[in-house]
Amino acid sequence: MRLSELARELDLEVRSAAERLDAEVRGGYASDLMSDVIANAEEGFLWVTMQSHANIVAVAAMKELAGIILVNGREPQEETVAKGEEKNIPILVSRLPAFELIGRLYRLGIPGQGADAQGI
Amino acid sequence: MKLENKSSQFTKIQELVYELKVAGVMTRNLITVNPTAKMSELKTILRDNRISGTPVVQGERLIGIVSMEDLITWLTRGGIDCPVEQVMSRKLLTLYADEPLVHAVSKLEEFGYGRIPVVDRQTNSLVGLITKGDIIEGLLHELQIDYHEEEIHRYRASHFFEDMIADKVTINFHYHIQGKKIEQGGEVASDLKRSLKRLGIHPAVVRRTAIATYEAEMNVIIYADEGRVDVNIEPDVIRIEVRDRGQGIADVERAIEPGYSTAPDWVRELGFGAGMGLPNIRNCARDFDLVSTVGRGTTLRIVIPTGMEEKRCA
Repeated sequence: MRLSELARELDLEVRSAAERLDAEVRGGYASDLMSDVIANAEEGFLWVTMQSHANIVAVAAMKELAGIILVNGREPQEETVAKGEEKNIPILVSRLPAFELIGRLYRLGIPGQGADAQGI
Repeated sequence: MKLENKSSQFTKIQELVYELKVAGVMTRNLITVNPTAKMSELKTILRDNRISGTPVVQGERLIGIVSMEDLITWLTRGGIDCPVEQVMSRKLLTLYADEPLVHAVSKLEEFGYGRIPVVDRQTNSLVGLITKGDIIEGLLHELQIDYHEEEIHRYRASHFFEDMIADKVTINFHYHIQGKKIEQGGEVASDLKRSLKRLGIHPAVVRRTAIATYEAEMNVIIYADEGRVDVNIEPDVIRIEVRDRGQGIADVERAIEPGYSTAPDWVRELGFGAGMGLPNIRNCARDFDLVSTVGRGTTLRIVIPTGMEEKRCA
């Protein structure tokens, strides 16, 4: 599913890189630890987090993630938005708490593991 | 070795099954029949087009599906001519065009159908039909493209070094790390990543190098005032040295243990200092050497091969 469709379905508000929403979301990963995301998120994944500082963009760019969703109505800091624009990383905001948002993402067909781990 | 190759190929197919969309492999030029078409006509349509089933549509709307099996059942019951709608199956299993291929695979498997009609998520109108044959064909096509890309990468990287005439060719990159500004960390890794991509290094190797560099860079930013990164790229390996004059590591052995961290609270609150940085670096590198003196600083040296041997790393 595309990021734009997810944004529409789940009422996500876009804060950066609005022109990059046609990216295909291949899965999702949730964590507030940078090294955990670096080690375990996969290319094309959507990252669900509470962290709002600019370094989340560096991590997302490094891993070539599809985008970042901040939960619980968290807003990205000003320099995070600027960095998101610069590195073309979409940052979206959800009113929902993490558990609820992830549940809905999963229901829309976003898996939590890549092809390797699902054993199909 | 043979087995490894086979398993990595299999993994590629698994990946593709998630990556590809139903719309990408389905048949679009559909032969369909009207619900009022006669069974005798259907027989001709299936035979002439060499197909084993077809969707039944009214206008744009999909209302059923009729297969060779239905035809045989009808024949064994006497084969008295009647409209298709009296024979067709109305129990409809459909797929959306934007669903990943893996959904098609599991549905075909689960219900034992030969074909599944594909409809548009918004309009619900019929846009295609997918069979196991379509899936196999689509996968083979993608694997072929992938193979070509892999060849191009291999060519570009080796080509660059082969064009240089010297007894030994090494490309050096030097970067300076400014400590303290944690939110701005990752610049060095990002610049290095872009440069390696331009050199035509394989994407998986670029990723490994970038991850290791990112973690090392963040360590310098958190624990030292400044540091430097020296990257040497040789035809077979990438050597990275990260050096700082920070506080040093008291117990190097423990520092490498996953989960061990001495990071202050404010660093942890930002999601750093979880004790995963050095283990991440070690997972990305073939050789790993960490030397530190308390009060004087730390030097990390790692080697990452540029060849495509399998190495599980973020």
